Amino acid sequence: MKIVLLGATRGMGRSLARLCARRGDAVALLGRERDEIARSARDLVALGAGAVAQGICDLDDPARFGPALAAAADALGGLDAVVLSAADFARPADLDADPARAVRLATRNFAHSIAFLEAARVRLLAHGGGTLCVFSSVAGDRARKATGIYGATKAGLSHYAVSLDLRDRPRGLRVVLVKPGFVRTGMTADLPVPPFAGEPDAVARRVLRAIDRGWPVVYAPPIWRLVMLVIRTLPRFVMRRAEF
Amino acid sequence: MTRLAGWGGVPAVDARERVGESLPEVCRPASLTRGLGRSYGDASLPARTGAIVASTRLGDRVLAFDRVAGVLRAEAGFRLSQLEELTRPAGWVSPVVPGTRHVTLGGMVASDIHGKNHHVAGCFGAHVRSLVLQVADGRELEVGPDRESELFAATLGGMGLTGHILEVEVALLAIACPWLVIEVEPAPDLGALVARLRAASRTWPYTVAWADALSRGARLGRGIVIKGRWAEPGEAPATSPLHSRVDSRLAVPCNLPSWVLGPTSVRIFDALFYRAHCWSAGRRVVHPDRFFHALDSIRDWNRLYGARGFVQHQSVLPDEAGDERIVRYFETITRHSGASFLTVVKDCGAEGRGLLSFPRPGISVALDLPMRGAATQALVDALNRHVLDAGGRIYLAKDALTRREDFAAMEPRLAAFDAVRRLWDPERRLRSALSARLLGDPA
Repeated sequence: MKIVLLGATRGMGRSLARLCARRGDAVALLGRERDEIARSARDLVALGAGAVAQGICDLDDPARFGPALAAAADALGGLDAVVLSAADFARPADLDADPARAVRLATRNFAHSIAFLEAARVRLLAHGGGTLCVFSSVAGDRARKATGIYGATKAGLSHYAVSLDLRDRPRGLRVVLVKPGFVRTGMTADLPVPPFAGEPDAVARRVLRAIDRGWPVVYAPPIWRLVMLVIRTLPRFVMRRAEF
Repeated sequence: MTRLAGWGGVPAVDARERVGESLPEVCRPASLTRGLGRSYGDASLPARTGAIVASTRLGDRVLAFDRVAGVLRAEAGFRLSQLEELTRPAGWVSPVVPGTRHVTLGGMVASDIHGKNHHVAGCFGAHVRSLVLQVADGRELEVGPDRESELFAATLGGMGLTGHILEVEVALLAIACPWLVIEVEPAPDLGALVARLRAASRTWPYTVAWADALSRGARLGRGIVIKGRWAEPGEAPATSPLHSRVDSRLAVPCNLPSWVLGPTSVRIFDALFYRAHCWSAGRRVVHPDRFFHALDSIRDWNRLYGARGFVQHQSVLPDEAGDERIVRYFETITRHSGASFLTVVKDCGAEGRGLLSFPRPGISVALDLPMRGAATQALVDALNRHVLDAGGRIYLAKDALTRREDFAAMEPRLAAFDAVRRLWDPERRLRSALSARLLGDPA
């Protein structure tokens, strides 16, 4: 498989890229930190990747999305899958104090994420299709006190991904929408750990299976499908009192 | 705040654990780095409640693996289990491995771990070609046997007190076949056990003995000697051994009541263990994990000791102290009914380069002791008395209860270690619960 990942120097994206490398896939890493990309590229080469390409691509710079994807596809000699796992994160309390930060988060996680996915969609469809894998979040499944703007952007992203899947699957585009629950990565390191927390490597194994088989929606760890089923059915008066 | 403890469960300290994918960033504000927390005592715990401890858990990228020369460079959080999965199919293994696969490269360097092949291979540090250290002032330095060699020597076995270890480069061991040939030989008493262990080490690269530390009299210290070597092609299955699941299916689900590993049950276990190995004595081919990491097959086995936890005590009694000293050491254990579940005996080879590395020529004895407060402290004190009289020393990665004055008396090398720390970390920004206890660092 020839796979491009944006945001794979850290977290679940890193685990997914390593899993691909270990089975010999050709991997292109896109990200904003040149040194971190170079280190991750060395890692993927050592783990056995068929080929590793690197490119600078920042969620803040949508003008670069198309060219970065084109360069990655050239380097790998084609493209079977594009993965977006990069995202911004902040707690509602941090955003309250800093409106500019709130706008930045909303822009990165929604508007620019969709711009990246659109660029990838166009590219994949122009070459006969492929897989578009989007890391959203269970935070987008039901509004809670703690989900805030982050959850809203993820809700929008999930909505968009489902719509794409309905529309473009007949044309050969397979959309895989990933909804991670709480996963122990650097992003969540400062948060209290809830029950059912997952590990990035285990999430990545499940996501790769979903990519291989074309599952449209994947919760990871899988128990979160059940957890969210319950949370979605809770009436509003309960949500008003719930502290999570 | 996260409650941190070593593998023994005691002591425990509430700390602010910093986790992240970029190690230099994570380590900068921290007073200590911590890997998977497999040292038994307080080596991976901060000196005071609320201090920042950097976790290397997510800093585990491989930076280079030369499949021809057998050299691996990786970030400090890279785990031995990952290393084995990557390098074994290519015909390379770690030159030195401890009893568990769940350790990081950084931890293997900081504890300068030794293994069943210490008599021929020395410690892990003997195979380290280079390290990247973030020293106390935040600078990143490349150190090695001929680059800042004093700092390098202090870092091997330096328990993370000389700098945050960010990267490790190690020369691997070439193997022709990924299976182990082992031979098991019973020994009816302690004298025979030590003699057979030493004899085995003259011809076998991997040797270790397990002793029954509860039997008294003529059967004192009876046990089995286990010898191993990598198989030659044609001697073992042509298939490669499956990489064991990192998360073993067999697990201890919660802390068990403390009588589970009380004297009676340990006595029964030890007797059965001894009998079983007497029946199965002889040569056979086994999976390398079964030989090197037998206890990893039971996840969270430390919970067997219950909520009160346990401590380990490992010491080396120098050869020149005479074998009579080992007998008296074992008598002390049986007198205190220490109920050590597994008592491991190993002959150590030459001392390595590490300024505080544990092994030196002699017989090492490692005990698991259920934590019973003052009684356990008294036993450790009594054992340390023997160690001091014999001119031996203790293994810091295991220790939780040794007293500062005893440690200072055992360690004439401490002054050299302190000198390196004064040079690189005059304010002692890097410190741990262990260094506060044994080196007099401020809490």
